[in-house]
Amino acid sequence: MTNSLMIRARDVHKRFGAVEVLKGVSLDVDKGEVIAVIGPSGSGKSTFLRCLIHLETIHRGHIEIEGEALVTTDAQGHCHYVPPAEISRVCRKMGMVFQHFNLFPHLTVLQNLIEAPLTVKGALRDEIVPKAEALLRKVGLYDKRDSYPSRLSGGQKQRVAIARALAMEPDIMLFDEPTSALDPELTGEVLSTMRELAEEHMTMLVVTHEMAFAREVAGRAVFMDGGVVVEARPARELFAAPQHPRTRAFLEKML
Amino acid sequence: MDYIATILPPLLQGSAVTLQVFLITLVLAVPLGLGLALVRISRFKFLGGLVNGYIWLMRGTPLMLQMLFIYFALPFIPIIGVRLPDFPSAILAFVLNYSAYFAEIFRAGIQSIDRGQYEGAKVLGLSYPQTMRRIVLPQVIKRILPPMSNETITLVKDTSLIYVLAMNDLLRAARGIVQRDFTTSPFVVAAAFYLIMTLVLTYGFQRLEKKYAVYDE
Repeated sequence: MTNSLMIRARDVHKRFGAVEVLKGVSLDVDKGEVIAVIGPSGSGKSTFLRCLIHLETIHRGHIEIEGEALVTTDAQGHCHYVPPAEISRVCRKMGMVFQHFNLFPHLTVLQNLIEAPLTVKGALRDEIVPKAEALLRKVGLYDKRDSYPSRLSGGQKQRVAIARALAMEPDIMLFDEPTSALDPELTGEVLSTMRELAEEHMTMLVVTHEMAFAREVAGRAVFMDGGVVVEARPARELFAAPQHPRTRAFLEKML
Repeated sequence: MDYIATILPPLLQGSAVTLQVFLITLVLAVPLGLGLALVRISRFKFLGGLVNGYIWLMRGTPLMLQMLFIYFALPFIPIIGVRLPDFPSAILAFVLNYSAYFAEIFRAGIQSIDRGQYEGAKVLGLSYPQTMRRIVLPQVIKRILPPMSNETITLVKDTSLIYVLAMNDLLRAARGIVQRDFTTSPFVVAAAFYLIMTLVLTYGFQRLEKKYAVYDE
């Protein structure tokens, strides 16, 4: 089973100036697992996700993606990232969806999807366009292929963002509070797209405040607080019978 | 009307000089300005500091002084000292001066792009140059069109400064006729010429703004 380990994070430390946001976070993610990362604001859950895909650099710890090192720390406590070309190759195994979508406003929906395959992978337009169109059908937005993002609702934008990430054919999908910027009535369409993805056994790491989604879709739930993982267990167990008082207090507030 | 017909040829010749200075400056100073802006925001702090100093120097002294300096004083400077004819001197001064202003416009435009755009591009695997070329700069162009329009219109009129190097631009040609014929109508004709040039520019920039209006941010 060792070769099905998709993410291996060990003792990850991250500081912003003097503030230590991650104080030794470890997490293993297996192939096909859907993991919900929950916790109060400022608990470091988003930062942890961003460290995995190198949007933030860590100060100590190890991160491996599909068995390949992104960053290691030697016995003296010095952190070593692999060379830049390696970093981008390793990180390309992951796709990421942001709270604020980060779609490219000057490109149409279809252009948003094919931009990275064309420029990064050197894909052929004739091959990538049908693939992108299939992804748009999958998220139910084929009829918006030639619209600009500003013409879409928040939920539609986020579905485009998911399709855009999938167009690079990642093995792992990271979601950073994908529904937090949406009106409540629009979260459902995004969550059901993510649910479909989970049913196709995509490996997913989801930072979320959607407790119902975490409980129903995630296999495991990770509760973070104060820059550490307080509790990580099968989602149903964690929600039904939280072990740690901090988890219990948080869930009582959320549910 | 007959009188105006007689003064048109010299005024048209002057306009040709004006337009040459304008176009050559624009074609050279815009890319140079972009390059300066990219260096200024880069992680090479020392180079960025140099660009800062350069912009301060170019915006902090009169363009006319810069032109006079390049034409009259540059030949006497050791090592880099060269004696340039009047036209290249004027072009050099204009390009150096305007690239500083363009650099600041580009910098403001680039820095106004949301950090999320860089992050969105990065997680898709785009390198920094790819992100700049494909994602950031196309959006920057839309945002900087109004200040660029301002600056290019100013450039049309600033070309009249080349008279200090005794070059016959539109305004100097007009003034020559005014002094010769004791009539101010050449000034009116010159004004009309400037207005036509700025009208063309205004129209061009409006077209560009329309073209970029297909998307909102």
